[in-house]
Amino acid sequence: MVKRIENGPDVFFIDRHLVHEVTSPVAFLGLKNRNIKVLYPERTFATADHNTPTRNQHLPVKDKLSANQLRALEENATQHGIPYWGLGHEKNGIVHVIGPENGITVPGATIVCGDSHTSTHGAFGAIAFGIGTSEVEMVLSTQCIMQPKPKSMRITIDGALNAAVTPKDVALYIISKLTTSGATGYFVEYAGEVFRNMSMEGRMTVCNLSIEMGARGGMIAPDEKTYNYIQGREYTPEGTAWDKAMTYWDTLYSDSDATFDKEITFSASDIEPMITYGTNPGMGIGISNGIPTAEAVGGGAATYEKSLNYMDFNEGEAMIGKPIDFVFLGSCTNGRIEDFRAFASIIKGRKKADNVTAWLVPGSHRVEEAIKEEGILDILHESGFELREPGCSACLAMNDDKIPAGKYAVSTSNRNFEGRQGPGARTLLASPLVAAAAAVTGKVTDPRELMELQEA
Amino acid sequence: MAYDKFNILTSTAVPLPIENVDTDQIIPARFLKATERKGFGDNLFRDWRYHSDNTPKEHFVLNNPIYGGKILVGGKNFGSGSSREHAAWAVYDYGFRCVVSSFFADIFRNNCLNVGVLPVQVSPEFLDTIFKSLEQNPKTELTVDLPAQTISIAGTEHSESFAINDYKKDNLLNGFDDIDYLLNIKEDIQQFAQNTPL
Repeated sequence: MVKRIENGPDVFFIDRHLVHEVTSPVAFLGLKNRNIKVLYPERTFATADHNTPTRNQHLPVKDKLSANQLRALEENATQHGIPYWGLGHEKNGIVHVIGPENGITVPGATIVCGDSHTSTHGAFGAIAFGIGTSEVEMVLSTQCIMQPKPKSMRITIDGALNAAVTPKDVALYIISKLTTSGATGYFVEYAGEVFRNMSMEGRMTVCNLSIEMGARGGMIAPDEKTYNYIQGREYTPEGTAWDKAMTYWDTLYSDSDATFDKEITFSASDIEPMITYGTNPGMGIGISNGIPTAEAVGGGAATYEKSLNYMDFNEGEAMIGKPIDFVFLGSCTNGRIEDFRAFASIIKGRKKADNVTAWLVPGSHRVEEAIKEEGILDILHESGFELREPGCSACLAMNDDKIPAGKYAVSTSNRNFEGRQGPGARTLLASPLVAAAAAVTGKVTDPRELMELQEA
Repeated sequence: MAYDKFNILTSTAVPLPIENVDTDQIIPARFLKATERKGFGDNLFRDWRYHSDNTPKEHFVLNNPIYGGKILVGGKNFGSGSSREHAAWAVYDYGFRCVVSSFFADIFRNNCLNVGVLPVQVSPEFLDTIFKSLEQNPKTELTVDLPAQTISIAGTEHSESFAINDYKKDNLLNGFDDIDYLLNIKEDIQQFAQNTPL
């Protein structure tokens, strides 16, 4: 922290800044209008992801507005000396996937991006959160932003997770309990056995979804897994810089007697595979449950009714067995190698359902490479699936990957808002296992059924 | 980016009594492809406001001529979801200078303050009173007094104070932005940068 303003925000120094094509052009324009340069270009990294096609990336981008925005990012990055990983670059991918892959994300770093899912990087013990375009301009011009101090919340989950319960289910469970605004104003630390036992990919999925309950950010204390993951990556400190960083990182842990403004505890054994039935990520239930009544959920009845009308669902209906049209595997939430492994574990030896259109989109070229190297691509092909090229894709449907109006998509992404995946599209958020089960059965299916069949 | 100063605003208001209005509704992602900050107001609440053939949805409040004004009143948890500042730009560009709700999502609130839209957080009871007043009389005026930090329903006793930190209040009153402030302390920042461990 550079400075504290009395009865005002704190001035935060930003260690690492990620930019993409959608929320940065107006910020760069602001610099141009003020006739100033990027203060520390080596602390900013640029990738193209939100607006990019997931097919034929070697060809010129057809959509003129998208092409224009991508060109603006390239020109801005080049002009200011910012590392730029555009379409086709080996390091290209979704901003929150490539940050950790390249060692940009390290413990204790303050990391921001004009994207709400920047909370992902908290998986490494980084202080990471999304900002608006005015703040992107602040970081570019002064490497600082001004933010009020958030309150602190600790969410602890101990115990062992049930079969087929993934980090996505843990996160959707927490959000369903806290609601979509339950952590607004807070910075969340995830603690307990469940998170300790999670892989780095799993921790990223959990921290990624922190914003969906309103949290400024989410964080998991770094451990051996964290250091093993980051060591040797391109932008991770090396040699004496590593030792110096390690000394700093050792100071990051919450004291055993640390107090939080809010403490919440859940039990791992209560969590089952989750799915959402409404139009915000807090509207999730265990997959074997029925859609709750407005009364049971609380909040405004009119808002609840509007939501179910949009989905064309009714109170009390079972989720299992609902027919679906699309499956989307990907996004900064679930577009990493582990997610593709999980998806493949279910579809292996089965065929894609004829009524399902499946879009499988890796989070980055590195993920795409791993999918090929591990033989997952062959499994996908044998089951009738194809793999697309990396990008945000149908998560926010800025490119051509739009779910048509009225259609149902089981999606591993992060938001089921009205029209999020295309005007009129209906989204059911779920884990890669639930998405895979839907993809091969054509309806909402409990993945545990298919796993038992495999084991039998 | 420069914006109009905010002091005391008295205006009719537009009620939107829906909870959890997310920024994808305020401005859908397909309208985020611009490289300049222009014309976002045309697409404010696009999919609630227009059918897919671009004809207006007559039941949506922005298409109802009896409601208008510079104040938007939304349900609890207004502005959740995506960090897109385009949502705040769209609100401003449409002509709103103030959004009232009983609860705001953090990033949206911050974005509003950075672009000259005043977010006014009121109690759930007061929000309810505003909605009822607007339902009974769509021409009801609200007065938002930034120097005094109060919001009141004109012609009634109903009034409430709201919180805003002194720094942001000063910015809005004077039309300043954070970058002006940060550029002024650039030397402090550079000194700090030399000693960061990462």
